[in-house]
Amino acid sequence: MRRLLTLVQRATDATLGDRQADRVVPPTGHTVWLTVLTSAAMAFLAVFALALSLATGRLAERWGESLAQAATIRVSDAGEAGEVQAEAVLQILNMTPGVTTARAIGDDEQAALLEPWLGPDLPLDTLPLPRLIEVATDGNLDAEGLRLRLAAEVPDAVWDDHTRWRAPLVRAADRLRGLGWIALALIAGTLAAMVTLAAQASLAANRQVIRVLRLVGARDAYVARAFTRRFTLRAAAGAAAGAVLGGVAIAFLPAADDAGGFLTGLGFQGAGWLLLPLIPVFAGAVAFLATRRAAFRALAGFE
Amino acid sequence: MIELRDAGYSYDKGALLSGLDMAFAPGSFHFLTGPSGAGKTTLLKLCYGDLKPTTGTVLLEGRDSRQLDRDALARLRRRIGVVHQDCQFLDHLSIRENVALPLTVAGRDVAAEAANLDQLLGWVGLGPRAAARPPQLSGGERQRAALARAIIMDPDVIIADEPTGNIDWEMSQRLLSLLAELNRMGKTVLVATHDLALIRAAKGQVAARVLRLAQGSLQAGTEL
Repeated sequence: MRRLLTLVQRATDATLGDRQADRVVPPTGHTVWLTVLTSAAMAFLAVFALALSLATGRLAERWGESLAQAATIRVSDAGEAGEVQAEAVLQILNMTPGVTTARAIGDDEQAALLEPWLGPDLPLDTLPLPRLIEVATDGNLDAEGLRLRLAAEVPDAVWDDHTRWRAPLVRAADRLRGLGWIALALIAGTLAAMVTLAAQASLAANRQVIRVLRLVGARDAYVARAFTRRFTLRAAAGAAAGAVLGGVAIAFLPAADDAGGFLTGLGFQGAGWLLLPLIPVFAGAVAFLATRRAAFRALAGFE
Repeated sequence: MIELRDAGYSYDKGALLSGLDMAFAPGSFHFLTGPSGAGKTTLLKLCYGDLKPTTGTVLLEGRDSRQLDRDALARLRRRIGVVHQDCQFLDHLSIRENVALPLTVAGRDVAAEAANLDQLLGWVGLGPRAAARPPQLSGGERQRAALARAIIMDPDVIIADEPTGNIDWEMSQRLLSLLAELNRMGKTVLVATHDLALIRAAKGQVAARVLRLAQGSLQAGTEL
């Protein structure tokens, strides 16, 4: 265990510089809080962008895969003729490979489906409603063959595999997911820009410190590491705080339920929560690259 | 070994130094004197690579200083100890940390060299003041701390720019004694000063050569 810790320490020192190097840069200045606050705010926003991305991903998956294995057959005739045709459809479905279940939707269920639009206690017997048959498939159904057989044997039965309304919703969910990733990229870019500005300000303010370090034999890589370590650790610390706050805010959103729809589904599920600790790591990496680049550019200018 | 071959340096306003020919042999002790503004500090900067000659050549350890990139220059400065007139400390660090700074930037383990560091601080008389910050020290203490920092890496060459400029006579004598002792250890020492009394006081302590810088040129040196 001790050897492992030593190895980790050495790896950290090699990339970020050792603790002694950290001491050579004066510890005060407005860039401290600028970096910490910026990275905290960006991490907070990143949590929501990530949650949006994951939630829309789940939505797209549900619409794209789960609903793809469900279909509805509508028999337009009402009354007894409809009952006879519905029975015929069920017989066909029971003999069709790929159909796992098929059942007629009863009057109570139909009333429940219509209740949000037409209100409770709906007198179904006064309305010419079609018969609906819910079909679940195992994904191996020959939908075109079934459609042709229904057309031949029960002409009033209409096969609806939800493609017409499902496809645009899946596209919309995919775009939302894409927007979530774009938001994350913009957040990373903004963090990089802010850290770069803070690092440049710090480098300029510490020009005399840099001069002294050079006079005693410091290489540019050493000076750059001293600044890089400081900004990387600040950004990671700020991002950790922002990620925790964002995670708490997400955790206290209303729970997802059937009535909640998309918005209450915004959040992390299961292993998705494990992405949160990666936000400070990613913020640290962004700060590391931004500061390193800024430092070497500035040092090249300080002759 | 530091060698100047027809070296010169010009600022925007015009030439400050020209036609400098000089070799500082290993183990030698030189005083560089001359009036204020004669270019003593500029000449020293040429000798530790902080400035590059605008004419001629300066060879530092046999390499043309103009050919040295920043990394090579950094490595070179670990072998040339410099005592600056204004000391050039980092005020947020203690004297001990400032003295250890060349070790720190060279990636050496300061904790492992604590005994050497303590011995050096004791040698310059700053053992009890090691935890103080530079602004808390007197001028003489700061100069001795700067000397300690200059020699912590055991350099071959020690360059001091007006090291006694802001300190009293007694402290100047003490600093001179330290420089003379370093020279006896085999270090090459180059001291720029306008303090002729200090140069006279060195007589008997070191076999030094006095160089006079006037009107941009080095005049023939005299043995002390």
